[in-house]
Amino acid sequence: MTSQTASGPGYATERETTEGRVFTVTGGDWETITSAIDPLSNEKIVVNMGPQHPSTHGVLRLVLELEGETVTEARPVVGYLHTGIEKNLEYRNWTQGTTFVTRADYLAPMFNEAAYCLAVEKLLGITDSITERANTIRVLFMELNRIASHLVWLGTTGLELGAISMMLYGFREREYILDIFEETSGLRMNHAYIRPGGVAQDLPESAVRKIRDFLVYMPKKLKEYEAMLSGQVVWHGRTKGVAVLDVTGCIALGITGPVLRAAGLAWDLRKTMPYCGYETYEFDVPTATTADVFARYQIRVAEIRESLKIVEQALDRLRPGPVMISDKKIAWPAQLAIGVDGLGNSLEHVAKIMGQSMEALIHHFKLVTEGFRVPPGQVYVGIEAPRGELGVHAVSDGGTHPYRVHMRDPSFVNLQAIPAVAEGALLADVIAGGASLDPVMGGCDR
Amino acid sequence: MSIEPTPTGGVPVEAEPVGADIDAPAQTPPSPEKGMFGIQGTGDVSGFGGLVRRRPDLAGTPRPFGGYFDEVYDALEEAYPSFSDAIERVVVDRGELTLHIAPEKIAEVCQIMRDDESLRFEMCSSLSGVDYLNSDPRRLHVVYELLSMTYRRRVRLETAVPAGGSVPSVTSVYPTADWHERETYDMFGVIFTGHPNLTRVLMPDDWEGFPQRKDYPLGGVPVEYKGAEIPPPDKRRVYQ
Repeated sequence: MTSQTASGPGYATERETTEGRVFTVTGGDWETITSAIDPLSNEKIVVNMGPQHPSTHGVLRLVLELEGETVTEARPVVGYLHTGIEKNLEYRNWTQGTTFVTRADYLAPMFNEAAYCLAVEKLLGITDSITERANTIRVLFMELNRIASHLVWLGTTGLELGAISMMLYGFREREYILDIFEETSGLRMNHAYIRPGGVAQDLPESAVRKIRDFLVYMPKKLKEYEAMLSGQVVWHGRTKGVAVLDVTGCIALGITGPVLRAAGLAWDLRKTMPYCGYETYEFDVPTATTADVFARYQIRVAEIRESLKIVEQALDRLRPGPVMISDKKIAWPAQLAIGVDGLGNSLEHVAKIMGQSMEALIHHFKLVTEGFRVPPGQVYVGIEAPRGELGVHAVSDGGTHPYRVHMRDPSFVNLQAIPAVAEGALLADVIAGGASLDPVMGGCDR
Repeated sequence: MSIEPTPTGGVPVEAEPVGADIDAPAQTPPSPEKGMFGIQGTGDVSGFGGLVRRRPDLAGTPRPFGGYFDEVYDALEEAYPSFSDAIERVVVDRGELTLHIAPEKIAEVCQIMRDDESLRFEMCSSLSGVDYLNSDPRRLHVVYELLSMTYRRRVRLETAVPAGGSVPSVTSVYPTADWHERETYDMFGVIFTGHPNLTRVLMPDDWEGFPQRKDYPLGGVPVEYKGAEIPPPDKRRVYQ
């Protein structure tokens, strides 16, 4: 050890302490060199969010590259809920198809069934022969389902953005709608209620009463939600100016539904390409201009109000009549009834085919085991589901089974917008932005 | 069969994956011409046997097509110089217009369909595949559902390639086609050249075979019910 001390720009400064001599190694040109590799100023980490994460709406996986709190790259990974619905459809007859498609987007089962049945009916060329009562019930149930789906969106998004009471309220009100579905179809979800040719069974009086009660109950609750969220500072902070996607971005990425309408384009297939008689109902298409999460919230609340208007009109125009097409070659031979053990053939029908008419028994057997034949060809039907355009491309080779059915699910398409709304934003805004697209992985992965 | 990797980094497929050439019969055998339930001769007690089934219209539809279809057809002909090479067939069925396009021209046609002022198909609603095994030598069809929000019209483009064939990607025209094309590759094995990231999207990355092809079995397991065993759906009797 040498006692001689060196000084100058190339040497560390030194001072004497009680523990001995201390060198302070700072300064010089080192800062410019270390800054390039310094982990504190250049912190890039890759975070795997999901597929089992409570705020990814099911089994969505996001691979995020972060710099501090800022997302520099986001890659959605889907497919964890792929169940081969489209492939399975090819091995069942056309009527059985409804029980499969209803399970795709499980928050909007009525829409899956309706889109599929409209496609089958278009292939059969019987679109205009669907009875008025069946069409009205379809509209009624689709709109109730839209309310239920938007309530789940409100609830889960509230939960993710810190308004936990909203989750409880949203699911509480949704129960009323599920009760109505249960009263009619026997099932709370996955109803298989809308069938090619009509609906599985008639709407009972008790369900009509429940819907009337709901029409009185729901508007009050909507006011409560708005009182809680619309003016709230935290809600504004988490939603305003977050995950903005303008009309150009939406159309390029194929985004439809409330996200597109929140950007300002009043594109709603119920108005622009009506089906099921939507052109005869009076309702508005709410739009906003800010294209952020808050606008999407406002649109969905407004859409619940519009759906309530449609439900009321549909109830008023319900007239007694058949709910299944009169063509006996297509119509399901039995009216179903809810018995003590669930939904099944009505007892009168069983008594008729087993005791009175052998022809009716043969007819029933043929239609149920083989199903009806659908003339060859292909069609595409698009309807306005709660998340956007739900399309069904159905191909028939003339047989009793679908040759190919593809579901263009809005969740699948809308999820492509995640990188567009997440990159460059904060990690917390990925949650808000992803939630505002309202993805349902059952529909996305099918 | 080997397919060269695409210059833009599409997925190279060296050989036909296992499962793609399983010698299983297509699940829909050719069905008879007459009868609601395929009944031939007598024996019809239901009355359904008298129905004559319609053959698929393979010849194409003669003009006029009706509705806005003629306008779309004329506008495309005017705007697209190699129209006659690109259009293979025009089919109007059930109020829907299908333009069958030569596979190598599909991206160009989409570009015109989107940009031309009298066409303006701004959105590609859906893109998916159909496998016409045994009925078309170019068995894999890709179907594009275009939507014009300006004119409120829909048009279907359809293109066909043999197994292992490739189609130009339309992602540069319609960015939304990204995942649709990945799904069509995933399920049918259609290669989209020029796609930025043609990987599987729904099936696991290491999956072999293309599940939506007609010669790919459903692969279900038997169901045991009260001691009796019911075969998986693709092994059951098929009533056609």
